[in-house]
Amino acid sequence: MTKSNEQTVAADSTASVSKKKLRKKNNNHPYFYIAPFVIVFLSFNIYPILLTFYYSLTNYTGMGGIENAEFVGLANYARLIGDDFFYEAFFNTIKIWGVNFAIQITIAMGLALLFSDMRLKLKGLNTFRALFFLPNIITIASVALLFSILLDWNYGSLNQMLLSLNLIDRPINWLNDPVLAQGWVALIGAWMWFGNTFIILMAGISGIPKDFYEAAYIDGANWWDTFTKITLPQLKPILLYVFITSIIGGLQIFDLPLLMTDGRGAPRGALNTMVIYLYNQGFSYANFGYSAAIAYGLFIITIVFSAITFKTMYRSQVKVKKGGRK
Amino acid sequence: MKKMKTARGVIYFFLILLVIICFIPFYMMIINATRSNSEILRGFTLIPSNALMENYAILDSYINIWIGFRNSLIIALSVTVLNSYFSALTAFALVVYEFKAKNVIFITFIVMMMVPGQLGLIGLYDLASTFGILDTYWPLIIPAIAAPFTVFFFRQFLITTMPMSILESGRIDGAGETYMFHRLVLPILMPAIATMGIFTFIGSWNNFLFPLVIIRSPRLYTLPIMIRQLQGSPVASNLGAIYLGIAISVVPIMIAFLFLSKYIISSITAGAVKG
Repeated sequence: MTKSNEQTVAADSTASVSKKKLRKKNNNHPYFYIAPFVIVFLSFNIYPILLTFYYSLTNYTGMGGIENAEFVGLANYARLIGDDFFYEAFFNTIKIWGVNFAIQITIAMGLALLFSDMRLKLKGLNTFRALFFLPNIITIASVALLFSILLDWNYGSLNQMLLSLNLIDRPINWLNDPVLAQGWVALIGAWMWFGNTFIILMAGISGIPKDFYEAAYIDGANWWDTFTKITLPQLKPILLYVFITSIIGGLQIFDLPLLMTDGRGAPRGALNTMVIYLYNQGFSYANFGYSAAIAYGLFIITIVFSAITFKTMYRSQVKVKKGGRK
Repeated sequence: MKKMKTARGVIYFFLILLVIICFIPFYMMIINATRSNSEILRGFTLIPSNALMENYAILDSYINIWIGFRNSLIIALSVTVLNSYFSALTAFALVVYEFKAKNVIFITFIVMMMVPGQLGLIGLYDLASTFGILDTYWPLIIPAIAAPFTVFFFRQFLITTMPMSILESGRIDGAGETYMFHRLVLPILMPAIATMGIFTFIGSWNNFLFPLVIIRSPRLYTLPIMIRQLQGSPVASNLGAIYLGIAISVVPIMIAFLFLSKYIISSITAGAVKG
């Protein structure tokens, strides 16, 4: 059958006609090709997500089968809204992400501006880029364990170093103080991600036409003018991408705070993030139903944050355009 | 002119300082991996010592870290191959043919990219337990067949780089569609497969949450799970050995990165330009 198809195709003189015919006659092909994707997608992606939603409406413990669980309606969600631990986990996550992002974007933007400066003409971009990026690909579990012993108050290398340089007179218990512990998780996150952000911003900046800057310099614009009037507005889509991917990833932070301390959010719950809470509710305390509700809570928070980002970025873009027209 | 030169000097100084700060943790890790426990307790130094083999013996008596390596490698390679092949096949179908479900699939992709992976965690765990594939690699590997982001990326790549006329002439020569996918489309897609493949591999290699939930038997532990076992294990009382364990998990990745950094960096840029 395929053979005869191809012969008819060959007989057709214009390519467009043959294309149309071929597409029509071979219509069984595409479904055959996308079948593995669709089957796996439905069974391993969509179905677990729907199943999780169903569990979030029950008091399923995760053991003894779902048939022994009771349907409890929105009780888990009501509990979530009144759960101080969840709010604590939410604010911990936001604090850690916020500090991390502030450090990360400052360093990355600074580096991108330096390397893109036409008058400085810095060399070695590829080497620096690779070096700054490297911490990003290291397994987070290894990074977390490494820092948990480097920062140990008793035998950690950091305290030993600071003591021998006489910068401190007694060891600091870095991971036992809630603020310091959150700060370190944020700092390590920034250390892992600033190289990635730098590469993305650099790509964005090199996409801005050079004559924009040349024209601005001829008009006597200073460095700050070109940064706020050309670079930032032109970078908006890229900044949006950086911000959105960073917040989605930041809301899901898990491995690093889990492995830096005891896995339950020590010190004093400061490293209890939303996904750690989700994990512990589900797999340490056998509250599958509630854990599933936390997953949906996290999903809704992610959507809200993404939407707010889109909105604010879009609005300020309109403003810039209007201002430009004046 | 002279002012520019001084400015450049100062900037290079700070850049190199930043590089040093970035690498101090890794440097301390390697130095401490060569020092004995009592040496580490006594204080810090930047000079390596000679306890590397003893540390390895202590580490090895407790866990075989190379098994974790092998397990992670099996999973990451399987995931990368399945992800690349089936995403290419799906993208091929989406680009080359017209069919009804096309738009539905496309919209689903965009929505799914926003969904955090943890959303289906509880469901996937239970699904695996129902199918009796808990504590196997299947729940970690099979989902790689359906990777919306990779399909999306390949689709964009094919639209811009694959001339339809190639397929037309293939058909005229009597080539079957599947044959053309393997012989014409896959080679065209190769640069995109390399780009996404590296990322898929790293993502799978570093994956922590899903193996943590799915895998129970120590012989099936992946490297990150093994690293977690080091914490709070008898090895943890010997600092040199634990530093060595971390170093073994980190250094091969660093070496691989030296060779692949160019591709990795170009793939980050590709992802961002898409966004």
